[in-house]
Amino acid sequence: MAQLATNNPSLSLTEESASQTIFQKVGGICIAIAILFLVAALSGVSKEYPLLFMIIIVGMFTLAAVFYALPYYKGIAGVRMNGIMFKSMTNKGAIAWIFAIVLTGFYIIIYWFPWMFGGLIRIFDPLSQLLANQPANQWFMYGALYTLAVLTMGIRFIGKYRHSRYHVIRTFSVMFFQLGFAFLIPMFLKKLNEPEFYFSYFWPLKYNYLFPSDVSSLMSSGNLGVFMVFWGAVMTFVATPILTYKYGKRWYCSWVCGCGGLAETAGDPYRHLSDKSLKAWKIERWMVHSVLVFITITTILLWLNSYYKGGILGSVSGAFAQWYGFFIGAVFSGVIGVGFYPLMGARVWCRFGCPMAAVLGIFQKFKSKFRITTNGGQCISCGNCSTHCEMGIDVRWYAQRGQNIARASCVGCGICATVCPRGVLKLENGKEEGRINDKPISIGNNNITVHL
Amino acid sequence: MPQQIVIIGNGISGITCARNIRKQSNDDIKVISSETEHFYSRTALMYIYMGHMKYEHTKPYEDWFWEKNRIKLVNDHVISIDTKSKGLQLQAGSSISYDKLVIATGSVSNKPNFPGIELSGVQSLYGMPDIELMNENTHGIKRGVIVGGGLIGIEMAEMLLSRNIDVTFLIRENEYWNNILPLAEAELVGRHIKEHHVDLRTATELKEIKGEGKVKSVVTNKGEEIACEFVGITVGVSPNISIIKNSGIETDRGVLVNEFFETNIPDIYAIGDCVQHRNPPSGRKAVEQVWYTGRIHGETLAQTLVGKRTAYQPGPWFNSAKFFDIEYQTYGIVNAKDAEDETSFYWEHEKGRICFRAVYNKDDETIIGFNALGFRLRHAVCDQWLQEKRKIDDVMANLHQLNFDPEFFDKYEREILSSYNEQTGKNIKSKNKKSFAFFNW
Repeated sequence: MAQLATNNPSLSLTEESASQTIFQKVGGICIAIAILFLVAALSGVSKEYPLLFMIIIVGMFTLAAVFYALPYYKGIAGVRMNGIMFKSMTNKGAIAWIFAIVLTGFYIIIYWFPWMFGGLIRIFDPLSQLLANQPANQWFMYGALYTLAVLTMGIRFIGKYRHSRYHVIRTFSVMFFQLGFAFLIPMFLKKLNEPEFYFSYFWPLKYNYLFPSDVSSLMSSGNLGVFMVFWGAVMTFVATPILTYKYGKRWYCSWVCGCGGLAETAGDPYRHLSDKSLKAWKIERWMVHSVLVFITITTILLWLNSYYKGGILGSVSGAFAQWYGFFIGAVFSGVIGVGFYPLMGARVWCRFGCPMAAVLGIFQKFKSKFRITTNGGQCISCGNCSTHCEMGIDVRWYAQRGQNIARASCVGCGICATVCPRGVLKLENGKEEGRINDKPISIGNNNITVHL
Repeated sequence: MPQQIVIIGNGISGITCARNIRKQSNDDIKVISSETEHFYSRTALMYIYMGHMKYEHTKPYEDWFWEKNRIKLVNDHVISIDTKSKGLQLQAGSSISYDKLVIATGSVSNKPNFPGIELSGVQSLYGMPDIELMNENTHGIKRGVIVGGGLIGIEMAEMLLSRNIDVTFLIRENEYWNNILPLAEAELVGRHIKEHHVDLRTATELKEIKGEGKVKSVVTNKGEEIACEFVGITVGVSPNISIIKNSGIETDRGVLVNEFFETNIPDIYAIGDCVQHRNPPSGRKAVEQVWYTGRIHGETLAQTLVGKRTAYQPGPWFNSAKFFDIEYQTYGIVNAKDAEDETSFYWEHEKGRICFRAVYNKDDETIIGFNALGFRLRHAVCDQWLQEKRKIDDVMANLHQLNFDPEFFDKYEREILSSYNEQTGKNIKSKNKKSFAFFNW
């Protein structure tokens, strides 16, 4: 029986609604046009008409996303997960594999073979001239496409979860921080000949902001540079503990951070692909904390080395930083972190690799007012919460025994509370006392006072 | 010396019992089931069909859990119980002996005797085989008819709509679930059902199912014939006691048990849906086929089986459901019609999708029950207030403590309170200190 239910091929055949199909067809046409122009652009012909190419390519991708989002804005609002386990794109089918390979390849090219995108990068010249007063490079193109993905898929996300004001507000928040803090402001700073600085990223995620080399070059670049160093240090050492104490790590991970922003918007169709096993949780704890240790040691070594003017360590600390940049900064956060969205879910980097998430998680676990409250005995163990948790937390394990969830990895996206059909989960900031009720009371059963 | 405990049924009752025994003892535990190899959440069946989850997501424990906790799972069907030799005969041929036997066989769907009920395309919904059958029965069809206006019926309607199959919903009562829900709530849900373009037909009964081999149409008691390729029969469930008959274990509608879940035969117990209480706790029904009840039965019986004989003593009643997009929670007793000594306060949001009811005693004004549709209440607070028999005025002044909605959601406490004051002529003031609690943060 069980085997049948798992493998029954006919369960994978389900019809789309008529209106959805029309929107998807139009969306598909837009994507096809965009890809055609993309291929043409690679040849270099785009150099002649960069603006036209950019408008067509960016415009067609935007239109496609809007068309895919439209069905969510129609009709009654509510949890709309129909068919995600049947579709090739969201259920690790052939289309998902193709998409994963394209994404991974995109990251490999942009990191190590950017010349292959030569013609494509040129189409961003007009925009780059406008914003940063210089021709585009691969990172400008990357930033523009990244921001576009957050904005367009953010529109989709808001439509999908429009019945929850929590999701609407926090999605506007990630869209705002991506567009403003992680794209427009840094580009504008370049235009003003100031250092390109991202005010929404801090050490240890943006590790080099506390490296001696960055600090000294910022300090010597003028008053704004001094402020940037000050800002980075205050955010890392003062604001992070305080905000995490009050609101949990969500204030950053699902409201501000660009990595989180992409995961929450573009990554939403893949949130259920995260691994919920106990084994995955063990691997997660080892990995994410190892990365934190690695970057902390690297930073300390760099400072020691700088203090002793290279006297005791020579080039060792520099090599540390280079290896970290290669393995963690590029391979892990980019190639695997985003490239594997369609196969492993959108939070692979956040869960297994991000040192910022590790720091925030330690605060959240041991010193925070944030928790997900379980509503007494109302859980029916259906599994929607665990299934749709992008961080792979087995939320149900806690909910069904009436225990609050206070896990280090929880980014506070709130989807568990939204998909729960029985109103069992609530994200809240409350008194620290009673936050972790690991011997929960069995409400509804008056002769058993404590769950073992 | 560890006892041999055998549990028939791997649903929420049987599994909760097994887990709670293991936490407290070293006994030998076997759980027998022919439905699925592992425990899964029956309440999640609809989500498998709708593609929100797969079967594996509905399993609350990973597969290694059972071996690690030394709970032996036997994937077989019990065909008879020999209470004298304390043994079970299994379909595959082997037999199992026990020191203590727990019957947790759950329910079976009611199958009334309509003409044509045997046609292909006619089915109920209770377990995993039903989902597989429904998947086949509804493949590529245009319209399904659902008979019976209860919780499974509305789930089935939502399931069919998720695959773009039109739904006609036949309900015997004048409003949806009006035998349980008070009229105002029933009407609210009815409006929502229609909003989802379900062809809802109230006060309508099925007369006949027509077809040749496969269903082609149904005929209602109003003489109307509705073409369809699928008929969902959702007219309730009954205790599954087929294997117990002729075993000497006393049954009526269900397996008869006392407050310790003991049957008439020593060392044989029964819990969950299949149970009928000889003396139900006050205010509770003799047969209660609800997930939560099954879980509480399992927890309680486990105490007895490890040597701490414990009587069934449930707290205030609670239940929940979701009608398409509208969540429903109930705490305490809310009857479809207020009893003689009861009265109730009802508030409905102007958009007609959210409502709140508080039932209280006419004389001493103590709270008896809550209904909430479209917003969430906090179980711990409801439970405490019901047990303390709080006065209704006190409840109304502290509504903010009841709210369990997500952050940034609209709050209805002020509106509910002013409606209460208007209806009763009282002047109760909110005790919420944070009057501008817009930011829950």
